[in-house]
Amino acid sequence: MTYSEMARQLLASGHASEGDAVYLRAGGKEHSGILMPHHEFSHPDVIVIKLRSGYNIGVMVDDASELRVVSKAQDRPSRPRSPERQSGLPTVSFLGTGGTIASYVDYRTGAVHPALRAEELVATVPELSDICNMRSKVVFSIFSENMDVARWQELANAVADELSSGAEGVIIPHGTDTLGFTSAALSFMLGDLPRPVVLVGAQRSSDRPSSDSYGNLLSAARFCVNADAAEVFVLMHGETSDTCAHVHRGTKVRKMHSSRRDAFKSMNGSPVASLDLQGGLEMLSPCRSKGNFKVEPDTRMEPKVGMLHFYPGMSPEAVRRFAEGLRGMVIAGTGLGHVSRDMVGCLKDLVRKGMPVVMTTQCLEGRVNLNVYDTGRDLLSAGIVPGEDMLPETALVKLMWVLGRTDGPEEVRKTMIANLRGEISDRRGL
Amino acid sequence: MEQVTCGIEIHQQLDTHKLFCSCRSRLVDDEGKCFRRRLRPTQSEMGEVDRAALAQSERRMHFAYQAPAEVSCLVEADEEPPHDADAEAMQASLIVSSMLNCHVVDEVHFMRKIVIDGSNTSGFQRTALVAVDGNLDLNGRRIGILSLCLEEDAARKVETKDREVTYRLDRLGIPLIEIATAPDMHDPDEVKEVAQRLGSILRSTRKVKRGLGTIREDINISVPGGARVEIKGAQDLSLLPAYVRNEMERQRSLIEIKELLRERGAMPVPVMVRNVSSLLKDSRSKVIRSALSKGGKVFCSALPLFAGTLRSADGHLRLGAEMAQYARSHGVAGIFHSDELPAYGITAEEVQAIGKELELREGDAFALCADMADRAEPALLAAVARANQALIGVPEETRDPLPDGTSVYSRPLPGAGRMYPETDVRPIPIGRDRLEAIRNDLPELPEVRMLRISKEYGINEQQSRQLVKDGHDDLFEELSTDRTMAAVAARTFLNTYPEMQKEGVDLDPLTDEMVRNAFAALSAGRFAKEALPSLLKELARGSDVDKAIVSLGLGQLDQQDAAGIIDTIIRERADFVREKGEGAVGPLMGVAMKELRGKVDGKKAADLLKERVQAFLRG
Repeated sequence: MTYSEMARQLLASGHASEGDAVYLRAGGKEHSGILMPHHEFSHPDVIVIKLRSGYNIGVMVDDASELRVVSKAQDRPSRPRSPERQSGLPTVSFLGTGGTIASYVDYRTGAVHPALRAEELVATVPELSDICNMRSKVVFSIFSENMDVARWQELANAVADELSSGAEGVIIPHGTDTLGFTSAALSFMLGDLPRPVVLVGAQRSSDRPSSDSYGNLLSAARFCVNADAAEVFVLMHGETSDTCAHVHRGTKVRKMHSSRRDAFKSMNGSPVASLDLQGGLEMLSPCRSKGNFKVEPDTRMEPKVGMLHFYPGMSPEAVRRFAEGLRGMVIAGTGLGHVSRDMVGCLKDLVRKGMPVVMTTQCLEGRVNLNVYDTGRDLLSAGIVPGEDMLPETALVKLMWVLGRTDGPEEVRKTMIANLRGEISDRRGL
Repeated sequence: MEQVTCGIEIHQQLDTHKLFCSCRSRLVDDEGKCFRRRLRPTQSEMGEVDRAALAQSERRMHFAYQAPAEVSCLVEADEEPPHDADAEAMQASLIVSSMLNCHVVDEVHFMRKIVIDGSNTSGFQRTALVAVDGNLDLNGRRIGILSLCLEEDAARKVETKDREVTYRLDRLGIPLIEIATAPDMHDPDEVKEVAQRLGSILRSTRKVKRGLGTIREDINISVPGGARVEIKGAQDLSLLPAYVRNEMERQRSLIEIKELLRERGAMPVPVMVRNVSSLLKDSRSKVIRSALSKGGKVFCSALPLFAGTLRSADGHLRLGAEMAQYARSHGVAGIFHSDELPAYGITAEEVQAIGKELELREGDAFALCADMADRAEPALLAAVARANQALIGVPEETRDPLPDGTSVYSRPLPGAGRMYPETDVRPIPIGRDRLEAIRNDLPELPEVRMLRISKEYGINEQQSRQLVKDGHDDLFEELSTDRTMAAVAARTFLNTYPEMQKEGVDLDPLTDEMVRNAFAALSAGRFAKEALPSLLKELARGSDVDKAIVSLGLGQLDQQDAAGIIDTIIRERADFVREKGEGAVGPLMGVAMKELRGKVDGKKAADLLKERVQAFLRG
């Protein structure tokens, strides 16, 4: 909610703006303090003031209220120095996408600003400059839930540029909600990589002393520099204790908790590596080594692909309508990859009309197997593509990428069940 | 001029769920799962992180947390955002605000107050200003109330070892009402009375926790010419006047030291230390020997013209003790200073040798510290810096209260806390209607309660005032099923309790539940009221009512058994009874009660004795 017209006029008539020291009289009470930004959930007639004690209070104003500026806000001191380049250290690129993995607090208003530029990163995480020289670019600044195919493509091209100009690695600070989608998209679009691309996020924002962002950023930089690994990875906190960070393969990682630090897990396999917070590195599963060749991204994507989570009683009619205008679909089925008999018929129709339909499991862990039960066998005969042990999200992104390059049903099927970027594993250990 | 100026801050735990989650708010013995975290200093006003501060935090800020499952969840573990503020706690804070005639803010905004000692897993404490500008009338004086805040309690420190502090999360998030008074008190006893009155007001909401540790006071104390010193976290109200008096004394003696040093023309001492290990390599002092044998060093600093201020002959001036407290905050056991030497195994010759080494003159002093070099050196430097402060006067500082009524240095007074908005918690609008409804339905004020209790239970006003003041009023009303029980209950709280304390019985383990059980057993006639004090004593020592009744031999005698015992007494003194006739009843009462106390009610015993004597005389 924003200010009411009355509150807005009161502020305008006093020429008051955020950060100004103001005097406010309302409801027979006088207040002096700093004018703060209006809180989204505040009453429209409420003006928020920071008192000298540091506390904010909301003051309800009315037509009789009086507000005047006691002193205008001081300009923010200019941003700190640029990082010094140290010879002998490799250069790592930071590509900003938004989110507040690194941020600084405006202590005047308490607002949190993202630290996106290299010099801002140095200011908030000075230890980075002991590990690498930093180069940075803000690709875009959005909440991760607003990511889309066009932005994945833009990001993939930006990553390719950085690697082509010799970066030892690319670190992409990214909001955590859709981190797994972006990492999967980059995995397919970037192809073989000579150097690592590490997406990194924070589950606790960096304006708090308990933030996991610093540990994650530092570990990402150390991993780029010290590990002989060249794929798209996601690096996040390993457990609730501040002991280690885990590096996950970009196609196998999923956010499995809405708020915990250790929300990100490698599904159907172990993480690629673990780094303790002092920098100790342990490789946990094999991955591609660094090399010297040029990145050749293929960012062609078919955005018209849909994903459905099957549930008992799901209406085939609704699915048919959903499928209109789509060129491919991923289903997260039950158990080994099942849907109801009605739905089998519906999917069969879609396949017959030429739409590739890929079956994954909503269990997330485990592989689909359409040979075990009747329903599965019916789906197979209907031409449904079994998505092996791919995550539904990874299958979705992969299908977009595959359909961006081919229409042929057989080629789509063959590519979907082939392991391109570690998205499918042959074996799953106990 | 006033002799002393004091203000207090009272922190009262609320008996609701936790402030930002649905966990029960109580302390448990269970350790639960353990996890480890670090905290990182946030940026300065300029948005930069100080590298030195970071290096320090690397060394120091490692924390272990015990998370008992029953009373902590992901919110306390800083793994889930806070829920909406507990409505019951919010309501209690509004009720207390109204009782203190405060102005309640229109919209309550929770803030994050940065705290990086690990006591909050998030690195900040959530706190909101609820009301300002209230007052409290006491003994004809008006005490200002500056603010009332609703905030979350910190985690409980369980253990500190080497570079890791362990906390338990049971206490983290328990709602606290924090009331800050204006610096309007000028008398040590008044401080206690104000604290008691605030306690009574808080209790009258029926939403506060009871018992040790559920209410904590910070006292701000300054004397003219002194400085604001905060004694933080006092739990025993009865000690408040002692804290104030001792602090007044301390500040005055520090002022005396300042004047003395100025008279002598003492100058700030260079803050540096000298290694005198070689001079003391054969010392018989245990401290020095132990330090040197494990590879440590002995450092020494000259304190020109400080002689006699470190510890005066009469023990009145004690700058040395102040210096030692600063040194201890750097991890050493203490320091030695020349006013107390030779002693502790350090010989006069060694003192002389040090004096020579430091080129000391008449009136000069020195301090020394022996430990591992990385501790001893910063510790002694801190002590010397403290000595220099003596030239300026009383340093502003935070002190920890000790159980003997004195206090000890804990840290410099914190600056204005850095606070920024808790964006995860929605602001809470406080409608005028809601406040109006609260004002029309306020709990009984302590003074009203006092009069009512006196009238309703037939005890005098002085008694009921004391009951309310000490916070026994609730339990008293519960136990007083009739006027007889009221008299017993009043006597228990106002006489028996103080007597037990005087005898050194610790009353803390005596819970309300135990007292309830004891009174229930009394009502049921399982023992006589005379035995109640001994029974309570047993309970305070950890027994339960049933066991105590057996171990004290309090099983009630029936009339026949009692008559039998009395008859025996009479028979043994047959001649005396025949000689005195009914007049023997009086003298025999004492003998009879020796046998019957606690087993037969006193009045009943007297009646029975009289009846048996008459029967005996009738033959």
